[in-house]
Amino acid sequence: MELSTSILDLKPNPKIAEFRPGDTVRVHAKVVEGERERIQVFEGVVIRRRNAGSSSNFTVRRVTHEVGVERTFPIYSPRLDKVEVVRKGKVRRAKLYYLRGRTGRAARIKEAPRNR
Amino acid sequence: MIQGLLGRKLGMLQTFDKEGRLRGATVIEAGPCLVTQIKTDETDGYAAVQLGFGIAKHTNKPKRGHLKRLGDLRYLREFKADDSSQHKVGDRIGVEIFQEGDRVDVTGTSIGRGFAGGVKRHGFHGGPKTHGQSDRHRAPGSIGAGGPGRVFKGMKMAGHMGAERVTVRNLEVLQSDPARGLLLVAGAVPGARHGLLKIRYTTQTLEIARNRKVEPPEEEAPKAATEEATPEAATEEAAPKTTTEEKTPEATANESEAETAADEEKS
Repeated sequence: MELSTSILDLKPNPKIAEFRPGDTVRVHAKVVEGERERIQVFEGVVIRRRNAGSSSNFTVRRVTHEVGVERTFPIYSPRLDKVEVVRKGKVRRAKLYYLRGRTGRAARIKEAPRNR
Repeated sequence: MIQGLLGRKLGMLQTFDKEGRLRGATVIEAGPCLVTQIKTDETDGYAAVQLGFGIAKHTNKPKRGHLKRLGDLRYLREFKADDSSQHKVGDRIGVEIFQEGDRVDVTGTSIGRGFAGGVKRHGFHGGPKTHGQSDRHRAPGSIGAGGPGRVFKGMKMAGHMGAERVTVRNLEVLQSDPARGLLLVAGAVPGARHGLLKIRYTTQTLEIARNRKVEPPEEEAPKAATEEATPEAATEEAAPKTTTEEKTPEATANESEAETAADEEKS
């Protein structure tokens, strides 16, 4: 949306590394617990990235205790502290919803070559 | 002092508030407006200011006569004024009259829905979808008893919906950008994109605004003002002329920078 660039001065967070769907990332999000603010880390595979100006977001999926958990983070959120790329994945589509129906070996993503 | 401005709805987007929560907001191209007529108690029996906004494709002769040399303004609307003599014909009024934190009322024409049924128009529940129903899914049901032998006036039925004047009150101004002539308002505003809006102070901020001194940005030719607020042109001439303008954009920028800096330290 041109709108958000026209009125809001959107500055990308320098601590958010460049990532793509299929990459495994570690997301450091600020969580407010009562009075305190602390940083919570969520690690998993990026299954979608939506670029839409100030509302841009991405979804990270991980499977813990055989339960799939997906969290969506707004990219320009001041509560998003840092995103690190743990592993680059090689995938052939932008939205990896197919991972939802798969578990174990079927849900693997090949590692991408360094330079792409 | 004038209490409002004309504008055009540009669309909606999301922003983050101080707590980092997402909030919906509407971007409005507010002004620049030209004062086209002053109404006073002596001449008209009440005090008001008529503002013109936008570019007209065609201006008929009576309108041209009324506007004299002010250019081809598309919309003319009147606003109440405390003291209309403060303004004169040809004055330019822009977003600088609004500041961050002000509360405004926004009036527009809602999106037309045409001839709408009871379910959409009045929130009727419709009939059952199954159990042998036919043609009853969105039917209104009974419209009255047999007793009076007629249907009461005002019975909620299908009919024309939307395309009417709607006012949303007490919206917060999130950002006022005189350089680009844009106004960011929290929440939704009536009408479709590019619809005409009347923005005015809500009574609460009107009091604040009355005590505030706003110098209008220096203008070149009044003609330039009407030219669809070519962002660049408006930017250069309107930029840091008034005290209020200097404050708003920079202050917000500094604030957000300070915040992010503080956050980084914490982490």
